[in-house]
Amino acid sequence: MRAAALLFSALTASLTFGQQLQEADGIQYEVRRVQGNVYMFASTLGNVTIQVGQDAGHDGVLLVDTGSPRLREALLAEIRKLSAEPVRFVINTSADPDHIGANEILLKPPRTVQAPAEVSLYAQDNVLQRETRDGSGIPSGAWPTLTYLEGKSFAFNGEAIQMFAEKAAHTDGDSIVLFRGSNVVSAGDIFLTTGYPVIDLARGGSIQGEIRALNHILDLTVARSMQEGGTMVVPGHGRLCDESEVTDYRDMLTIIRDRVQDLLRKGKTLEEVQAARPSRDYDRRFSTPSWTAQMFIEAVYKSLKDGAAAGGSK
Amino acid sequence: MKLHPLDSHFLFPPLLYNRPVVPRIAFLSALAGLASLASAPAFAQGGMGFNPSGMWTAMYHEDELERTDPGSPVGDYLGIPINDDARLRADTWDGDLVSVLQHQCIPHSAVYAMRAPSNLKITTVNDPASGRIVAFIIDGTYTGPRTIWMDGREHPSQFAPHTWAGFSTGVWEGDTLHIETTHIKSGYLRRNGIAFSDRTVLTEFLDIHDKYLTLTTVAEDPVYLTEPLVRTESWVWNPYQAFSPIAGYGACLPVPEIPRPYGWVPSHLPGANTVLREFSQEYGVPFEASRGGAETMYPEYRKKLEQMAIPHAKVFEVQFEQEHKKQASNPAEAKQ
Repeated sequence: MRAAALLFSALTASLTFGQQLQEADGIQYEVRRVQGNVYMFASTLGNVTIQVGQDAGHDGVLLVDTGSPRLREALLAEIRKLSAEPVRFVINTSADPDHIGANEILLKPPRTVQAPAEVSLYAQDNVLQRETRDGSGIPSGAWPTLTYLEGKSFAFNGEAIQMFAEKAAHTDGDSIVLFRGSNVVSAGDIFLTTGYPVIDLARGGSIQGEIRALNHILDLTVARSMQEGGTMVVPGHGRLCDESEVTDYRDMLTIIRDRVQDLLRKGKTLEEVQAARPSRDYDRRFSTPSWTAQMFIEAVYKSLKDGAAAGGSK
Repeated sequence: MKLHPLDSHFLFPPLLYNRPVVPRIAFLSALAGLASLASAPAFAQGGMGFNPSGMWTAMYHEDELERTDPGSPVGDYLGIPINDDARLRADTWDGDLVSVLQHQCIPHSAVYAMRAPSNLKITTVNDPASGRIVAFIIDGTYTGPRTIWMDGREHPSQFAPHTWAGFSTGVWEGDTLHIETTHIKSGYLRRNGIAFSDRTVLTEFLDIHDKYLTLTTVAEDPVYLTEPLVRTESWVWNPYQAFSPIAGYGACLPVPEIPRPYGWVPSHLPGANTVLREFSQEYGVPFEASRGGAETMYPEYRKKLEQMAIPHAKVFEVQFEQEHKKQASNPAEAKQ
């Protein structure tokens, strides 16, 4: 009877997750426990990864990205529900506005030499380079306080946090973050379930770097069994995933890259490649009004033609 | 020897099961017992339904070629309401994909699992206090367990993870268990590259007729299907079935058996797959028909087939040759 009760409790545990869609400023969001110390603030405008200590007296709160400015207040309110500890670290996976929306408010008051920020904001150095350029439109209070070229590791809330710079993928400032103890990867906009990756050529992105970054994520992930569970992956936009979805995404981009490369070798122009619709079998699922298949194929074509990045293997 | 459906050899072929053949009377008694259990108030949640708990052995009288090894040949899209996008995806699919590490241990997903070689073990999850059935767990040979929640819970949000089994809820509609499954990882409708997307919704109807369990599945995929794909599968009750899930609950470990370049993803370039016509040629199916699509599901398609040139089926030629040679080399046997 006791065993039956335990089995019943285990199987019905998913009833008690407490995840419930909420709405702020007309945007749906929810906070979802991923595993270990890690939660996901998921919204239709993008995802924020939240790491909190499980017991009182832990180090504090760490965020990977701070989401859209439109959900800033909702995010801060949800963080307070998860932990009474202060936010100590923010890691930006890129300089995209929908990933840095609460940077400034978290880093207040304005930093001075006499009063350094209480929150440290990590990002790849290219993020700082871009945000500090004239005309970036990003206020100084939202800029990274600490940067790295290749990566950075530190311990927080009892587990190792590893940041990896992914070169020339979605942009030239992308990072992924591995929570080693919790077994979670936060992938930023390198991995989306909502559409094709936005290969931003103007900001140093490339299809080769994108595929290379996805293969790197697959190097870090380990499925629990039957290619399911184990390392969980928080995408920049979309639902919580594991290795299998990253695999599908990597496969799709590699296949499309190979098709465009083949057309390029045959001397096809951009217009001819777009007319051939080399991503046609994936478009219904991944083409979106804001980043259409034609735009994606143009980015793939140009990054291959210009050789914007080194080859697809390590 | 002809087998009657109630003959014990039909129900329990000795090669399949590691128990002696059961006398028919004992079996019929057991069936009667099951029938009485099925109608007992304890199993009738809300006065409806039956309890499908037990061991069920798959029957392959439907679509045997597709369902058992080696599965559908490359290029066989017959009877699947695929669109052009799905056709291109299947045309460019390369069977070598299963050698990629991340693909080696993928089980059949809910959309395909019930159709595959799949003996079942069905159990219940009961509320220990009330005894109420909270869920059915359907465990299949080549997939992980599927949980069918019967407690009225909602399906998770768009941000919840997808799984191979998906998230299933069930309600009784008379004596039919109506199952709705969402949150399924993308996978294959056939093991020859016909894909379904992660937006697929699976609707199933589970019925029992005497000792037979029949599942009617309706797969709807806005990405790759133009119409719902409706299929049925049946199982026969078999309390002596030794259930051994091949998926193994973690026993599968990916192994790099062949050296491959880092990040290698095999596929054919569009228009470059040279084996797409083999199914048509082997089985004498017009190539146009082998391309599938909604119209190939319906009986009316036969009229269209009559207007097509039917290729000579090589498979029958080969079979004839093999049988003929065998007879020639063994005249004594050939006379019998």
